Amino acid sequence: MFGYYFDLALHSLKRNPVLTALMVLAIGLGIGASMTMVTVLHVMTDDPLPGRSAQLYYPHLDPTPLNYTQNGDSPDPTDNLTWPDAMALLKAHKATRQAAMAGGSLLVRPVRAGMQPFEVDGRYATADFFALFGVPFEHGQGWSAADDTARARVVVLGDALARKLFGHADGIGQTVRLGDNDYRVIGVTADWQPKPMFYADASSQHYSDNDEFFLPLPVAVDQKLQINGNESSWAKHVDPSVMTSDGMSWLQFWVQLDGSAQVAAYRQFLIDYSAQQKALGRFERAPTSAKLYSLMGWLAHENLVPNDVRLQLWLALGFLFVCMVNIVALLLAKFLRRSGEISVRRALGARRGDIFFQLGLESAVIGVAGGMLGLLIAQLGLWSVRHRPDDYAQLAQMDVPMLLGTFALAIVASVLAGLLPAWRACRVPPALQLKTL
Amino acid sequence: MQLKPILASLRHHKLTATLLMLQVAVTCAIVCNVVHMIANRVERISVFTGIAESELSVIPSRSIEKGGNPQAQHVVDLAALRAIPGVRSAVAVSYSLPLNQNESSHGTCPDKQALDRAMQLNSIKGSGCVEPSVYDGSPGLIGTLGLHLVEGRDFLPDEYVTKGKPAVAIITRALAQHLYPGRPALGQSMYDGDNFIRVVGIVDALLRPNLRTLGVDYDSMIFPQPPDGEGVLYVLRSAPQDRQRVLEVAAARLVKVNPNRIINPKRVQTYSEVRAQYFQRDTTMIGLLIASALGLLFVTALGITGLANFWVQTRTRSIGIRRAIGATHGDILRYFQTENFLIVTGGVALGMLLAFVLNVVLMTHYELPQLPWYYLPIGALALWVLGQLAVLGPALRAAAVPPVVATRSV
Repeated sequence: MFGYYFDLALHSLKRNPVLTALMVLAIGLGIGASMTMVTVLHVMTDDPLPGRSAQLYYPHLDPTPLNYTQNGDSPDPTDNLTWPDAMALLKAHKATRQAAMAGGSLLVRPVRAGMQPFEVDGRYATADFFALFGVPFEHGQGWSAADDTARARVVVLGDALARKLFGHADGIGQTVRLGDNDYRVIGVTADWQPKPMFYADASSQHYSDNDEFFLPLPVAVDQKLQINGNESSWAKHVDPSVMTSDGMSWLQFWVQLDGSAQVAAYRQFLIDYSAQQKALGRFERAPTSAKLYSLMGWLAHENLVPNDVRLQLWLALGFLFVCMVNIVALLLAKFLRRSGEISVRRALGARRGDIFFQLGLESAVIGVAGGMLGLLIAQLGLWSVRHRPDDYAQLAQMDVPMLLGTFALAIVASVLAGLLPAWRACRVPPALQLKTL
Repeated sequence: MQLKPILASLRHHKLTATLLMLQVAVTCAIVCNVVHMIANRVERISVFTGIAESELSVIPSRSIEKGGNPQAQHVVDLAALRAIPGVRSAVAVSYSLPLNQNESSHGTCPDKQALDRAMQLNSIKGSGCVEPSVYDGSPGLIGTLGLHLVEGRDFLPDEYVTKGKPAVAIITRALAQHLYPGRPALGQSMYDGDNFIRVVGIVDALLRPNLRTLGVDYDSMIFPQPPDGEGVLYVLRSAPQDRQRVLEVAAARLVKVNPNRIINPKRVQTYSEVRAQYFQRDTTMIGLLIASALGLLFVTALGITGLANFWVQTRTRSIGIRRAIGATHGDILRYFQTENFLIVTGGVALGMLLAFVLNVVLMTHYELPQLPWYYLPIGALALWVLGQLAVLGPALRAAAVPPVVATRSV
């Protein structure tokens, strides 16, 4: 029966080739536009560290004075930690792993002749950084907490920078000149680029920035290396060059917590710490203002998806809705026009269900064709997104779930669109129609 | 034209007609708001900067020499740049230019009392103090940027300072009005908490490096202060058609003068590129908005034509009968046109309501301004025209049905 209905559907669609083409085009445009934007949003809100993200948390303290008012568009200073707070959390060692970090740019001096000096972005971090995030190494390893304390002049290079500097040699033990100091290479990471770069400061380009080197944070503070990111101070007469001031926030801090008991304990620890700081007169706000964000919660808090992208998604969905209403109306008119034919089939013994199935199949055929067209249009749309100069542009690729999702959406949409017309058509009273024949 | 028979026939196609009405309504609502958004973005990207945009180009340089005398280097560099054929003038600034996103702003008060008020309020809001963007630059900045001095004078050579705050400044007309409403600003001394800075000149307009909110976008002031750091931004003025060539020569010249520098090739730009970069997201968005509005109108026209086509086919026999009993071509044509007009009118009525609701939602979530009322009648008119055009083909075909059809069975 399926084959027969399929033939009938094709036959009926062929009778009105222009109209069929237009319906397929409408559903293709709607699906294509929606899936382009759904895919963009999907890659922007994807889990940056699958498998590990559930254990990662971001402590949030509020050391700002009570009368501190934030300027309209300026970044929230409490999203970062001050040096004393970060060091206190680090020393307390209440989490399985913990690391403080900040972004920075350094000038790389050429190591061989014929090379121009260039700037690279990287991260200053404490020792746990690599184990905390599970950074894979190609050669060597990260530094130890003892290196942090000893202010060891060591560096871990990203694979791209290592290749640029040393070609195919691993470079371990070599010396690189970054800024005005020499650092010994102790490790080279494998390709590791979590997207979005969740651990970076709010002012960074979360979808396009990459870390090409990693330096011990205490060395960066000692050497007063340049920090990228928001440095907000609220205390009067804070010298912005003093990175260790307790009136300026600029550090990011991540902890690994295993299990809900440890999470609850850490949350309590943050509140206790705030209470203690309040008792000391450093903090002025209620200790319960201390918060602990999960990784995905933190990304939601940072609100990385620009408003324009959300607006584009709603626009695409609105477009899809209009296309759907359009298809429903057209199919309804089309099916009702065949009332005579349907009545003959009914009179010859077809059940309502049979008619419903036949017409439903016809709309599904349109849906499949529209879905394929939509897939093409979505690829075209994503290609155009990739050519935007936005920082998320490069990520706009369709993965397998999205591919299948597009197809499913197209079929579900068109079957849904066919449902009402098919239902309406199979309820046509046959006797009335037959009389007019 | 009698409406009764049309309404009676529409009642037979209640569901289909309602769906079409719904489609017209949603299209009307979205298109009205989309056009409004396009108008907003276009207004945003056509903002006036106050400088001679088409004649300027920029080239950044960062010294990687330790020690050294940056200012002396800048003087040498500027001399080399000015020697390039086609360069009319050149100046060095630290980093700020309108719309280049590198901003330094500075809380500034009209007098000491205003600062005390600001300290008391712990906010500059309501104190009379403002936060203008600060521009600096080597001598000749006003002329090179093409700013229009409307009052006062340019800086004198001995007013340029390299260390610390300068004693004088040139401010924009907007800043003058915000600091000294209703008073002449020229000659007044602004106070920044440590120093008094006298206003010696007022320029017509100079936009900020970053747009903020309407009203403070032109709050800028210029200090007589040549750049004194590792990084410097050279601004060249030349004829518009020379800019590309001048930039290429300039980068090579600078490296020749002193190779110990980094020139980021991505930032070697004509000012038009700087501006386009600032508004790149808006231009993308305008393109998308236009495409989606056209797409919506296209799909709706498609629906109207398709449906009218079906109805003409279904009614061929009754049209034949009407023709046989005396209806003219025009009667049939007008029948379908009126039918379409009724459906679109219903859709538009609902659509205006939806447009208003959608606008309220957008206003709360995306900081969009209110939809001006005149968008609604214009949107309605557009949809009426679209509907009439879309129905014309099928209606003409209906009018062409010969009366003889009535005598045939089916």
